Amino acid sequence: MRITEKEVRYVAGLANLTLDDTEVARFRADLDGILEHMDKLNEVDTAGVEPMTQVLFEQAAGLREDVIEAPLGNEAALANAPQRGPGYFKVPKVVER
Amino acid sequence: MQIASLTIDRIREGLLSRQFSAVELTEEALRFAEGENPRTGAYLRLSPERALDAARRVDERMARGEDPGPLAGVPVAVKDVILTKGITTTCGSKLLAGYVPPYDATAVVRVEEAGGIILGKTNCDEFAMGSSTENSAFGPVRNPVAPDRVPGGSSGGSAAAVAQGTAVVALGSDTGGSIRQPASFCGVVGVTPTYGRVSRYGLTAFASSLDHIGPFARTVKDAATLLRAIAGRDPRDSTSAGAPVPDYAALFGGGLKGLKLGLPREYLKDLGSEVGDLISRGVDVLIRLGCEVREMSLPSTGYAIPCYYIIATAEASSNLARYDGVRYTFRSAKSETLSDMYRNTRGEGFGAECKRRIMLGTYVLSAGYYDAYYLKAQKVRTLIARDFARAFEEVDAIVAPVSPFPAFKLGEKMDDPLAMYLSDIYTITGSLAGIPCMSVPCGRTAGGLPVGMQLLTTHFGEPAMFRLAGAFEEAGGLN
Repeated sequence: MRITEKEVRYVAGLANLTLDDTEVARFRADLDGILEHMDKLNEVDTAGVEPMTQVLFEQAAGLREDVIEAPLGNEAALANAPQRGPGYFKVPKVVER
Repeated sequence: MQIASLTIDRIREGLLSRQFSAVELTEEALRFAEGENPRTGAYLRLSPERALDAARRVDERMARGEDPGPLAGVPVAVKDVILTKGITTTCGSKLLAGYVPPYDATAVVRVEEAGGIILGKTNCDEFAMGSSTENSAFGPVRNPVAPDRVPGGSSGGSAAAVAQGTAVVALGSDTGGSIRQPASFCGVVGVTPTYGRVSRYGLTAFASSLDHIGPFARTVKDAATLLRAIAGRDPRDSTSAGAPVPDYAALFGGGLKGLKLGLPREYLKDLGSEVGDLISRGVDVLIRLGCEVREMSLPSTGYAIPCYYIIATAEASSNLARYDGVRYTFRSAKSETLSDMYRNTRGEGFGAECKRRIMLGTYVLSAGYYDAYYLKAQKVRTLIARDFARAFEEVDAIVAPVSPFPAFKLGEKMDDPLAMYLSDIYTITGSLAGIPCMSVPCGRTAGGLPVGMQLLTTHFGEPAMFRLAGAFEEAGGLN
């Protein structure tokens, strides 16, 4: 067994996902099988091999000119907000007064 | 006008000879799509206002004697992970069911600048995660060729619309095969360009080092024309390539004599007989057309699946972290605290496949596992990319299957996620290397199901790839 239910709950916590008990059991089984397959990578010798983080063709073109461009604007940016105030996204209170 | 079989050239001819106006064609296309869509569910929504506005602009340009653009009047379907300003864009997810983007993807802007008509948004697997379009929160798409079967995924809706004739061309996205596999399943052309060839600005991110936008069409030439219109450097996407964009459609013809093709032995060994037979007959056609074919090796193939699924899910877990109930429409009603809001929104909003991939990605990036999984996978990725680089020193292009099997039945593979992942074996390798690849129709099984043949070539080798595919198509494929 590569992954326990406790680990599944821990990872779900890291990922900010609420899972019910059925889901925890189901994902434990799924991940177990998948992770076993992932262990295949241990067969490959990668000593001295650079990790490939990106498909790179050229240096990034550099910075753009320092010229003011029209921003998206508050109204457009907030249009899809579940809850909003004037110029901000509203979320549940974080700090108890 | 046979709307279901129109091509870009035919539309241009019709417009320039005043057989129909862009508005008339668009009205007909909308009517046809409205009527036919229930058969497959390819479209999630049509965008008649935007389409007719674009059509009017095309007609106005023509009235002024101006060139209406290379995609003039062409109805284009857009996968719902690609942002369209003012038109609901859901990414196939409950989390974005009501999301109306405040901006267009660059590819969408370029389609309209070229005279194209955005007809509507197509259904897809949630956040592009899946190989069947069964993971959409809004129901599956049925394969127009066989309604009890899947169209493939994740760009199933776009492939189905083109196959069905409710779009002339379509935009899809491909991270591990999501354009090529549905193209194969639906019997249309699907192209995954070189990574960075098309801007990803406005493509909802799944795995940023693997995502591509690419065209679907019924002909190779139409796919090439659409690609040219959307490709090219975009200052808004720092990974978009500066390499000049050739006039792909103009480079067709010229014969295939002397073109060297490679057949990877690792891809052929476990291939089922029907698909293998069709690919083999496809290769025979290419030989008849003048190609030299040789067997070759891509030795790291056996490690591609774990490599891909570690990298893709790791990047996905990061990209999907933004769906937390703060900014994008959906928020759980059970949000007493900030933490509850995050966890419940995501718990209620994501489907099972997304959750599975987020969990896997989070796990492989977590402390204690990062080196063993993620870093290791990135090194294996280098080996896979090297395999291709070495191969392309010997051959001009590689021929391969797209999928081990043709379209399967709806519901047939939902119980075994690992089996689904393993079926991506022929398409993920190209994605990992960032090379251009495409699926071109290569006959049908005895049961009448389409099968696609995959062509892969070196970075920015799209011209050679289109030449091959175009010649194959012109020769009648397997007919």
